[in-house]
Amino acid sequence: MGTATLEKNEAGSPSDAGSQGASHLITVTLRIRRFNPEVSAEPEWQDFTLEIDPKERVLDALHQIKWEMDGTLTFRRSCAHGICGSDAMRINGRNRLACKTLIKDIGPEKPITVEPIKGLTVLKDLVVDMEPFFQAYRDVMPFLVTKGNEPTRERYQSPGDRERFDDTTKCILCAACTSSCPVFWNDGQYFGPAAIVNAHRFIFDSRDEAGEQRLEILNDRDGVWRCRTTFNCTDACPRGIEVTKAIQEVKRALITRRF
Amino acid sequence: MSTTETTESKTTDGPDGPADSVALYDVDHPAPVIEPPRKRTAKTPKASRGNFEMQTWLFMRLSGIVLVVLVLGHLLIQLVLDGGVSKVGFAFVAGRWASPFWQVWDLLMLWLAMLHGANGLRTVINDYAERDNTRFWLKMLLYAATVFTVLLGTLVIFTFDPNIR
Repeated sequence: MGTATLEKNEAGSPSDAGSQGASHLITVTLRIRRFNPEVSAEPEWQDFTLEIDPKERVLDALHQIKWEMDGTLTFRRSCAHGICGSDAMRINGRNRLACKTLIKDIGPEKPITVEPIKGLTVLKDLVVDMEPFFQAYRDVMPFLVTKGNEPTRERYQSPGDRERFDDTTKCILCAACTSSCPVFWNDGQYFGPAAIVNAHRFIFDSRDEAGEQRLEILNDRDGVWRCRTTFNCTDACPRGIEVTKAIQEVKRALITRRF
Repeated sequence: MSTTETTESKTTDGPDGPADSVALYDVDHPAPVIEPPRKRTAKTPKASRGNFEMQTWLFMRLSGIVLVVLVLGHLLIQLVLDGGVSKVGFAFVAGRWASPFWQVWDLLMLWLAMLHGANGLRTVINDYAERDNTRFWLKMLLYAATVFTVLLGTLVIFTFDPNIR
């Protein structure tokens, strides 16, 4: 943070406000994987060269292309601030959120490659069919399940019990983890890291009573046992969730509850 | 999802004209999209209940630990200690298998290593073979080879005759 402020001052001080406008812009090439089924069956790379502030994000560069250069470029984004999880894409070979990736952090000297996330059907350009991803999410019952009468007051929980699943509450369902998983690439039947993370969030919630049911779902042939602990998901998560650790905790719970 | 369905249905009556035509695909005839491998469909088998995958996962960990001792010990005895590999001959093997301890050691190593390796290959086949048929026959070949090797090895260990001529 301190460094960023310093850079800004250095860049701003030498010239007056008027001429400073273009001096800090750099030339960046974005190499985007385009696919339009109405034109061709083959996806192809297209280069866009533009002038942009290196402290802008990849999403800003995509906006600049869509608004000023080529209106047919198609991608998803909603909040543009790293919360909605709409704009996960493969930038320079790594799954990231375009709205959280600064141009200066990913080597703008070389062309920046932007592709749709892998393992899901590409519908157009950077837009994929997320339905298989959300189907796996729905399968693990990502909602509170309780028995008995509803309490008249809130359901109490100690800070320690809340802490137990704090990490997995951060998931924004962007699919960066699931679409970075080599098992998911080769077999769409696998539940995938994101579904397991969201199951973990309820399995280890002291207020929830369907943990055993969720564990049984994840004990499936395509459940947690297909995880090969390659840590791609943990590297990909834009929220910094320790995904592989959560999957391991579900595995451990499955074993310790049965023996 | 409706988008995918419409895309699929449209491609069935899609273009089969020559490739040199300029507009091969258009709004009414979009190109087929590439489905991910083994997409979940109505034909996908229902979720499997049972602990088989958990047991194989546990077996891999436990047999791995035991195999570290067995295999490293085996390599040490065969290749390093007491003159190295040059000492290994018919007489050496006959002498070792005279003791039940080494018989059990080798038998355990044979079974654990074969099952460990076969289960590892089973997961590789499950992960990478895309078509149901390919997957089935690769696994059948794997199981046949495993059973054959394990049974043959067990037979040799138990029926070994040091006086064979």
